[in-house]
Amino acid sequence: MERLRIVFSGSGGQGVITAAIILGEAAVLHNGLNAVQSQSYGPEARGGATRADIIISDSTIYFPKANQPNLLVCLTQESYVKYNPAIRPGGMLLTDSRYVTVQKKVDARQWELPMYETIMDKIKNPIVLNICMLGAVVALTEVVEPESVLKVLADRIPPAFLDINNQAFELGMDLMKA
Amino acid sequence: MPDLVKFIQGNQVVVEAALYAGLDFYAGYPITPSTEITEHMATRLPQIGGKFLQMEDEISSICAIIGASLTGHKVLTATSGPGYSLMQEGLGYAIMAEIPCVIVNVQRGGPSTGLPTGPSQGDVSQARHGTHGDHAIIVMTASNHQDIFEITVEAFNLAETYRTPVILLFDEVVGHMREKIILPEKGKLPLVERLRTSVKKGVDYHPYLPREDGRLPMSDFGSEHRYNVTGLAHDMWGFPTSNPGVVHGLMHHLVDKINNRVYTIEKHKEYYLEDARTILISYGASARSALHVVESRRRRGERLGLLELQTLWPFPFGMIREKCENARYVVVVEMNMGQILEPVKMSLPPDKVFLINRVDGVFITPTDIRNMLRIIHGKGV
Repeated sequence: MERLRIVFSGSGGQGVITAAIILGEAAVLHNGLNAVQSQSYGPEARGGATRADIIISDSTIYFPKANQPNLLVCLTQESYVKYNPAIRPGGMLLTDSRYVTVQKKVDARQWELPMYETIMDKIKNPIVLNICMLGAVVALTEVVEPESVLKVLADRIPPAFLDINNQAFELGMDLMKA
Repeated sequence: MPDLVKFIQGNQVVVEAALYAGLDFYAGYPITPSTEITEHMATRLPQIGGKFLQMEDEISSICAIIGASLTGHKVLTATSGPGYSLMQEGLGYAIMAEIPCVIVNVQRGGPSTGLPTGPSQGDVSQARHGTHGDHAIIVMTASNHQDIFEITVEAFNLAETYRTPVILLFDEVVGHMREKIILPEKGKLPLVERLRTSVKKGVDYHPYLPREDGRLPMSDFGSEHRYNVTGLAHDMWGFPTSNPGVVHGLMHHLVDKINNRVYTIEKHKEYYLEDARTILISYGASARSALHVVESRRRRGERLGLLELQTLWPFPFGMIREKCENARYVVVVEMNMGQILEPVKMSLPPDKVFLINRVDGVFITPTDIRNMLRIIHGKGV
């Protein structure tokens, strides 16, 4: 497989780091792949632009940062402005259409999905936005089996919140496929 | 229990490895970027009936583990640069009184409070020379989670074997990064247990009388035997002495037990050294970037190799000399101003030794290394 380098970016509290960890666990624990996850960790992690890097591959990964991501996901305008220049030429950009206005053409295939709106419409709880985004990423990249992510969710999420997370994941997959 | 695959942070790997090695006492004071070690210890130790103490600072943390070790426990404390500085006095005590313990320093940018969340390898020299007085010390490091596990277990083994503190020098990158690790089954990695004296209760026990093989059997403090432990120069009973002959013997014992066994203690990894015209020497997170460059340049046929150090001190001068003998360029890759560069220059003709470093709180990238290599090789940028 081609090595996949993803940067999830957004605002502190949106769960972009959690999403990266869940994807990493799905890849390593259930799909027999290698993954390395790291995050920018500093003052900006408290509210400002925050990012989580994840690299997934079937071979050994040495350098752990996705300095030139194949896929950049942005859940806020600030993170879009900050990180979009780093995207690998010909890469992919996924943004939330409510939070991000794509300002200029970047050399990437772009998807603007109404993730936040769909979540608020169908689930009425913004805490699962990150899982909806993860659903879109899995549908787009097909890097792991969707069932692997559902298994990780079942392991990590408290039972009372599992249903809305599973639902958010399916909604994200559907948005991408539509 | 079979091998277990996990996707966890390097700091959590340290905890699992320490428990695997038999740790049952931890005292610490949380500090970024080592905090997760303290956090996970607080969760894991009560589960296995061990003791976790959150102390008021790093001075008391190291003193607590020294005391616990003396009573027969395997112990560890974890910190970062500022806390490690505070531990220097206690560290010297553990060296002098020959008390096994493991101290983890997950390095961040310094000096002083420095860059709490930025990666650095600035404490390499401090780990060697930090505490006062002549002494030898074992300092180890690793660049990936599987190696962190093995090196941490090895640190406990060396601490017990040589009755000495062992320093584990990790960094923010490997500490916080998550990657795949296979937790080994019990019994897969050899463990060195506490060597206890066979002297019967009530019979005079000499805490500092070496056996024929040089090892000093211990007696759990407060149980079978009465004996003295001090930071002063001491005789074989553990009582203070200024007898020059005894002090001379003690000093040589403390230094020789480690420095004379460099090649028993020392660990490193080699990648493509056989025909390498340029050898990178690196360790910890920097070695990941270096290996990335080596693997990609090898595919283009460039004769580039990597020597990854896992034991930083005692420094393996002879090994460096032997491995790098035929290389034209030897390039040390590290995130400091050249702390391993210095001993490498002492091992080799200095004019073939170069430094590629980064000290700005940003993790050194393969691009940094490639660009500098072009300059070193005289190819311009």
